[in-house]
Amino acid sequence: MALLEVEGVSKRFGGVQALRDVSFQVERGTVKGVIGPNGAGKTTLFDLVSGFRIPDGGRIRFQGRRVEGLPPHRTAALGMSRTFQEVKLFPRMTAQENVMVGRHLRSRGGFTAGLLGTPATRREERAIAAAALEAMEFAGVLSLAGRPAGSLSYGQQRGVELARALASEPDLLLLDEPAAGLNMRETEGLAEVVSRIRGRGVTVLLVEHDMSLVMGVCDEVAVLCFGEKIADAPPRVVQEDPEVVRVYLGE
Amino acid sequence: MTLELFLQYLVAGLTYGSVYAVVAIGFNIVYNASGVINFAQGEFVMLGGMTAASLSRVLPLPLAVAGAVAATAAVGALVELAFVRWLTRPSLLRLVVITIGVAILLREAALAVWGEGVRSLPYFSGTEVSAFALGGVRVSPQVLWVLGTTAATVALLGLFFGHTMLGWEMRACAANRDAAALCGIPTRRLLTLSFALAAAIGALAGCVVSPLSYTSYSMGEGLAVKGFTVAILGGLGNSSGAVAAGLVLGVLESLSVSLWPTAYKDVVALTALLGILSLRPSGLFGSREASRLREPA
Amino acid sequence: MRVDPRVKAVGLAAAVVAAQLCATGTGKGFYLTPLTLAGYETLAALGLSLLMGYGGQISLGQAGFFAIGGYTSAFLTTLDLTPHRGGALAAALATLHLASPRPDLYGGEVLSVAPWAALVAALLLGAALAAALGVPVLRLRGHALAMATLAFGIIVASVAVGTEALGAADGLHGVPPLALGPLRVGGGPAHRVENYYLAWALVLLAAWLLENLVHSRTGRALRAIHGSEDAARAMGIDAAALKMKTFVLSGILAAAAGALSTHLVGGIGPSQASAMKSVRLVAIVAVGGMGSLWGTLAASAGLTFLSLRGTFGAHDDAVFGGVLVLAMLFAPDGILEVDLRSLLARLAPARAARKEEG
Repeated sequence: MALLEVEGVSKRFGGVQALRDVSFQVERGTVKGVIGPNGAGKTTLFDLVSGFRIPDGGRIRFQGRRVEGLPPHRTAALGMSRTFQEVKLFPRMTAQENVMVGRHLRSRGGFTAGLLGTPATRREERAIAAAALEAMEFAGVLSLAGRPAGSLSYGQQRGVELARALASEPDLLLLDEPAAGLNMRETEGLAEVVSRIRGRGVTVLLVEHDMSLVMGVCDEVAVLCFGEKIADAPPRVVQEDPEVVRVYLGE
Repeated sequence: MTLELFLQYLVAGLTYGSVYAVVAIGFNIVYNASGVINFAQGEFVMLGGMTAASLSRVLPLPLAVAGAVAATAAVGALVELAFVRWLTRPSLLRLVVITIGVAILLREAALAVWGEGVRSLPYFSGTEVSAFALGGVRVSPQVLWVLGTTAATVALLGLFFGHTMLGWEMRACAANRDAAALCGIPTRRLLTLSFALAAAIGALAGCVVSPLSYTSYSMGEGLAVKGFTVAILGGLGNSSGAVAAGLVLGVLESLSVSLWPTAYKDVVALTALLGILSLRPSGLFGSREASRLREPA
Repeated sequence: MRVDPRVKAVGLAAAVVAAQLCATGTGKGFYLTPLTLAGYETLAALGLSLLMGYGGQISLGQAGFFAIGGYTSAFLTTLDLTPHRGGALAAALATLHLASPRPDLYGGEVLSVAPWAALVAALLLGAALAAALGVPVLRLRGHALAMATLAFGIIVASVAVGTEALGAADGLHGVPPLALGPLRVGGGPAHRVENYYLAWALVLLAAWLLENLVHSRTGRALRAIHGSEDAARAMGIDAAALKMKTFVLSGILAAAAGALSTHLVGGIGPSQASAMKSVRLVAIVAVGGMGSLWGTLAASAGLTFLSLRGTFGAHDDAVFGGVLVLAMLFAPDGILEVDLRSLLARLAPARAARKEEG
């Protein structure tokens, strides 16, 4: 049983069919890429898998459970984590605090405990802070810990967002165009981080434009075009698929 | 309820409803241009009525009205220049709070200038007792002035935004500020203009309804809430929707007086507001997906 | 750098004691009453500060909850149950100690709901209405949320003014003092000092609890929602539930403030539900700094006291309106966080440029 199974999923917005009967699977411990020209429906796919939108048709199974229609905080609790195409950090909190939010699901202090400020909650806070720093170190952004997230550069923000997503120790990490706006050196660094993430046993589904990243780090690649899947194979095979070549390079 | 009584309520409802509609249109103009809901819109109506009432003591009525409209338009422009333009990339929260503060300042300024008393303009045609018969009901000619002015305002605005260069430029600004700026459109000036325009039409409504309902320094708040309700009901940004919604709300409110104590009259509009925001924030005529008032999914 | 909240708490306690000694010592003991009222207003302001400053949810209806608390307490404790004395309901209430006799204006005895029971009812009603209002309203953004809460506030005010049973325009009077064990809220000038300390002890307690909350996992989740609701949800935070809890807590604090104020003063009127009062609370939170509980506390104590003393005279509303506008223009993070340098640079760009050129 694959970690994530997308079966015949469709989504329509007004007059636009964003996704039409898309199916694919993501095996545990692999890195799967989803590529396609702009408007191919990639981010919509992420929104459907993570619960920000509900598909019109089809099924999505995560660890064997049906998850389509579950709200984002529930899919997150099941073991998914994601980044966003336009980086969504909490600008008025420090980078470390941002990543600490990522530990939300790995901690317990509730509303009442929070009001009372019990010693247990204070201990937990220290643990959360430490775990956050660990995640930041893994993502290579440890030095940014005390800085307000809103003041960071774009590349730095992406790194912090990645650390935040990793802090929840997800089973499935969804990366939405992680290389967008990064230069070549930063992209290489990103590929290296993704490899290390896989090395830790986390499954990755990433949506991308940047071919070098996708071809370099993914085990399998699915290609979307106008909402339909036109290929789904290891990178070498996809690269040589005539349909894919036509779609990306034109006739 | 007799037919006559019903018609009387109907006429009153349509009259006030069209004032709400004009306030709503003012909200829409500013919202379309800038995304700001200007809480001070109700105060513009008040300022128009009060200024005209004062001017009418020394000027003939048409000049008094024109002067009041011009003066209020200037105030509207000033509000934009002083408070909105100053802010760089303000958060929604700041904008909301600032327009509330501005509304209060305008109201308190009016209190300082005119005191607590009520004023009114003389009737535009005839006197307070002149009336003509409409289906067995005696209707004041001022009602026709109100309805006529509203219709004319809506029509002229339609022409302006639909068929003039300036109107197109303002619509371009509303649709995509940056793109419009790149086309050489003076977006900042047009934003000021939109505030001035919204203030002007509010003032005109204030003048034309003043003989019927009197004007006092505190009338702005209630109008703002009702105007906003109507704007939402009609779909924020949609002015023909606003007209329809305004008339409907006005009539419902008017009829409600026959059901429960007058003090509860405002509750009609307010409950409608809460209801529509809860159930269908895109309004009765707006599109579901494009609801800008809800948090994303 | 975060000043240890214990230091702030001790500082506040010291200020409270100092103010009382000053007032009583200089023979101006009557200042204690507006200071006490300011204390209760601060409870409401603290709730709003949590909601607006940390949760990013604007509410123009806080006065509505204040009034709900106050009116519920007032109504129940001035209710005359004596005609029903023989009835089953009265008997039940009496056995549960929910009803108690109180002297009426003519020296006779009247059976009404016991003040502490009325307080509980006030808090429950405040919580229930906040929950009911929150369901549709918390999904809305910015302006719409502001208007919806404003509408709620005005509805409460309209109902208060228009209902005979609630005293219509005159409000309710003759509200007995509230006894909390050996302490009491109300009771006239003889109990001024007692009331003052009780109110400010409650404020201190509330500030302490809220400060804890803000620096906890829950507080962080709340701030995350304010920062980016999507990202917060993606990290497993149930944004809708947390916003609701915060909204309800804020409503409860306002209701408590209203109920206690009513017992202190002995009555309540429809002006306590007015939109202007809600706006004042927003102004206080804005000036104190939307993200700062202690700033709000200071702003509330200061502004409310001055207002109650009549310092602003007839221009009370104008002052709060002005404060609101100035705070939003020049100090959106509160008066303690004003970035003077950048502010001056914008006010006098030429001069700043020349300064830099040196």
